[in-house]
Amino acid sequence: MLKFNLTYRRFSERSILVEWPSEINENILHDVLDFKNKLENTNIKEIVQVNNAYNSLLIIYMFTIDNAYDEIKRLKAHYSNRDHLEKSVFNLWKIPVCYDEEFGIDLVEISEKKNCSKAQIIQLHSEPIYTVYFIGFLPGFLYLGGLDKRLHFPRKKSPRLQIKKGAVAIGGPQTGVYPNESPGGWNIIGNSPIVFFETNQVEPCFAKAGDKVQFVPISKSEYDVIHEEIENGCYQLENEVYHG
Amino acid sequence: MVEVIKTGLLDTIQDFGRSKFMSYGVPISGVMDRYSAGLANSILGNDKNAAVIECVGFGPRLKFLQGSVICITGADMSATLNSKPIKNNTVITVKLGDELAFGALIYGCRSYVSVFGGFQTETVMESRSMFKPVTSNFRLQKGDLIPISEVNIATQVSYSSIKVNATHFETTVLEVIKGPEFDNLSQQAQVALFENDFVISNSSNRMAYQFENRIENTLAPIITSLVLPGTVQLTPSGSLIVLMRDCQTTGGYPRIFQLTETAINMLSQKFLGHMIRFKCKN
Repeated sequence: MLKFNLTYRRFSERSILVEWPSEINENILHDVLDFKNKLENTNIKEIVQVNNAYNSLLIIYMFTIDNAYDEIKRLKAHYSNRDHLEKSVFNLWKIPVCYDEEFGIDLVEISEKKNCSKAQIIQLHSEPIYTVYFIGFLPGFLYLGGLDKRLHFPRKKSPRLQIKKGAVAIGGPQTGVYPNESPGGWNIIGNSPIVFFETNQVEPCFAKAGDKVQFVPISKSEYDVIHEEIENGCYQLENEVYHG
Repeated sequence: MVEVIKTGLLDTIQDFGRSKFMSYGVPISGVMDRYSAGLANSILGNDKNAAVIECVGFGPRLKFLQGSVICITGADMSATLNSKPIKNNTVITVKLGDELAFGALIYGCRSYVSVFGGFQTETVMESRSMFKPVTSNFRLQKGDLIPISEVNIATQVSYSSIKVNATHFETTVLEVIKGPEFDNLSQQAQVALFENDFVISNSSNRMAYQFENRIENTLAPIITSLVLPGTVQLTPSGSLIVLMRDCQTTGGYPRIFQLTETAINMLSQKFLGHMIRFKCKN
């Protein structure tokens, strides 16, 4: 198992923040998730929830932490006893995306400024297998790693007030899907009919940190079919166990 | 049922929020001032986190379609029942057809209306707190009918008025814990943060409070990390953002302070033009 230098600190009266080196990479992500998993499976009744980002873990307690020093000591012991999660607990999700111009309203601009065809952009965007680092920004918004450098494209100077639900977008070195209508400054290249956030489900978002995502180009007519199947509750999102 | 006859500036149903869904990017939400909302419930003998109506600046006009007991805490917005003034922080008996209304804001910023048993609106992800797109609405609307419980006649409620802690509304000092990026600030900026009065700007709401002051910021942005209500961020332009109850679960600005729970409650009673100071807790 890789060893990292972790820093522990009291974050609020009821939480402790653990930080890994300030980098975005999968080795760090998996160490973060191993620790998170250890804490969740140990069933520590004082802990309300544990949340992660790229290189950090926030552990929220039910009550004010009286002695942060002792609590940090306990956490360090749990970290030493963590197990390494097998890759097989993670899924690869195939997310259908329609890149038609009707949806991909910024495709033309990107293709002109990058001097490459729309077909190339679509290929570069749908080829990689992306890693889900965490969910944040909006309910059901996946922070994905793995966007091809050739597609990095600066955010809009002034954000749009209304971006469509399902919009697939590029913002700087990142790509993502807007799970709901929202203001936003990313460049829109397509739209996915998939629902990323459902409050009435046991798992409100199908994907979790550590999962993989791949975008599958679809036509407008396929988009309409999937959209209707989702409306009727008979669509099954394609996924497989990811073996790395 | 309680009918919304007329809305105020922003009336929402809130309890203590949803604390278990941050991993899905769901904000905690809930009452801005837990001290006042908790008091409104305690006075009626409710659970502290029973759902209340939170009103800001100017309250709604509500009509009771059944009898109950209610309590108003937090800001003093000159509440009236059938046009007669009523007191905050005490049990008020309401009868079928009674109308609760609000007038001029005397002190504070947010009022809480609790009702016997709490408001019985939809529970989504273990909370009734309104937040779109988790709940279908983000505010109460004219004509809304809010379900409430029947009052059990045997219920004994105390009719004594509770004296609230005046400091809660009058203080200008907010206690903070140093944030993860505080130590990276220049000495000058660190001093300025504790010596200046900060003036609340008009872009303050349930997601965040902002200030008119600017602080020299030499910090590099951080890799998107975790935040909580009460986290104070420093933007590249040098302005401070205090995240409040409806804030996102992650953020990329350096985190220089974390407000104590009490400080979040106190700040929730301030508005545009009010001044505050930060004081280190440890």
